[in-house]
Amino acid sequence: MPDENKVQALHRGYLQQLKKSQRHVWGYQGILFVLFFAVWEIASRLQWIDPLLFSAPSSVINMLFEKIQDGSLAVHSGITLFETVVSFILGTLLGTILAAALWWSPLLSKVLDPYLVIFNAMPKVALGPIIIVAMGPGLSSIIANGIIISLIITTIVVYTSFRDIDPNYIKVLQTFKAKRGRIFMEAVLPYSFPVIISTLKVNVGLAWVGVIVGEFLVSSEGLGYLIIYGFQVFNFTLVLMALLVIAVFATVMYKCVEFLESKLIRDQQH
Amino acid sequence: MPLLQIENVSHLYLSKNEASVALEDITLSVEKGEFISLLGPSGCGKTTLLSIISGLMEPTEGAVTISGHNVLENREDIGYMLQQDYLFPWKTIKENILIGPKLLKKLDQEHSANAIALLEQIGLGDVLGKFPRELSGGMRQRVALVRTLATNPSLLLLDEPFSALDFQTKLKLEDLVSSTLKSFGKTAILVTHDIGEAVAMSDRIFLLSPRPGKIQKEFTIPEEVRNLAPFMARNHPEYNEIFQAIWKEMEQYA
Repeated sequence: MPDENKVQALHRGYLQQLKKSQRHVWGYQGILFVLFFAVWEIASRLQWIDPLLFSAPSSVINMLFEKIQDGSLAVHSGITLFETVVSFILGTLLGTILAAALWWSPLLSKVLDPYLVIFNAMPKVALGPIIIVAMGPGLSSIIANGIIISLIITTIVVYTSFRDIDPNYIKVLQTFKAKRGRIFMEAVLPYSFPVIISTLKVNVGLAWVGVIVGEFLVSSEGLGYLIIYGFQVFNFTLVLMALLVIAVFATVMYKCVEFLESKLIRDQQH
Repeated sequence: MPLLQIENVSHLYLSKNEASVALEDITLSVEKGEFISLLGPSGCGKTTLLSIISGLMEPTEGAVTISGHNVLENREDIGYMLQQDYLFPWKTIKENILIGPKLLKKLDQEHSANAIALLEQIGLGDVLGKFPRELSGGMRQRVALVRTLATNPSLLLLDEPFSALDFQTKLKLEDLVSSTLKSFGKTAILVTHDIGEAVAMSDRIFLLSPRPGKIQKEFTIPEEVRNLAPFMARNHPEYNEIFQAIWKEMEQYA
């Protein structure tokens, strides 16, 4: 048995080693970030790439400040953000409810199985024009576009998790005379929380696709509209700025879901 | 009147390829306070019989009654302990042991206090707020015992509850379960494939033969072994005699 001081010294050394390797990772990440924008800026100024098409970081930043100052960015991004948040929450919620219905009724799940497979394989954004004509151009059809893209895959993934639970957990509850509803609330649903949260993470990305495509098709406001407008007037600085804003918001939303995950899930056994 | 009566129970399993007989004409009765073992090799329908006794499964033929009531209608009096603890990992130990009273709508001060007192009695008073993953396998199985006893059942069904534990823990837990059940005057049925465990813990043993599951023979454990704690019983000279007798009987089907 090594003495106490030696054990502590070894542990301190180990912690320092950990910190050092973490600093290395951050360092390389920073270098990559700076390098990317520097090369882009230089390439654009020296005309290695077409500045009209690929713009330059400085022009994008200038455009960003301009749009912040005239207040239009807040309006556009506010609308898109709202549409995206609503559609990814509703997409996950409705998908989970549909999965619960399938779990509840084995007959329903058998009947619907081939239709789910077909609908999942279909490119849902292709339904965009139909949704817009059916629901009218506006917020609701864009949100519907965002929901439909994540709904079926959420249903399939969450339903698979519902069925994945060890039947002995259900047996434990049955010995206490639990009916199907209680079994669902006490065992099946909490068992699947980690899966539901991880579909939430995937749906953040999917909802952005649905909403931006919806805005391409119909709207006169929002970040998708800015992209399509910039494309039409050949202002690619505007397109890139909108993309930058989307990237920032999408990352922040992803981090929010991660935070939610750490709060909601008390145990990560599976 | 015996506490539990199993009358002419037979059970068929139906599948696409065949209809196989899992249990054939099982008849036995258990008096209040008795400890019974159902002993047999795997595939002899032990767990099926336990599921039928618990009222979770309806037998193809025959009936099971507890205090004169059919278990299919009234299974509140029965506690079931599985091969592994199956504590819910997202619930604290306290939430886990109170799940029974909660589901049976008996979650009051008295039941809650009883369950917590029982947990303290078996040496786990300080884990109430912890999660199952923070406990060792033996501790978790002890918590599962408390969960089963928390609804105050008169009959306990034990489905190989020691089979997933290491040998030392298993021996300790056998003593603990035996003394706990004795002190509360509980009736118990243990399902096991371990001859030694059955002899050390039981008052009577029913040996089941496989395919289809039938009662092959009944053994009564002599008074002097029966009254010892399981660990001490294992060292009694008579223990070996019964062990050998059961072994010979089982060999006939091997």
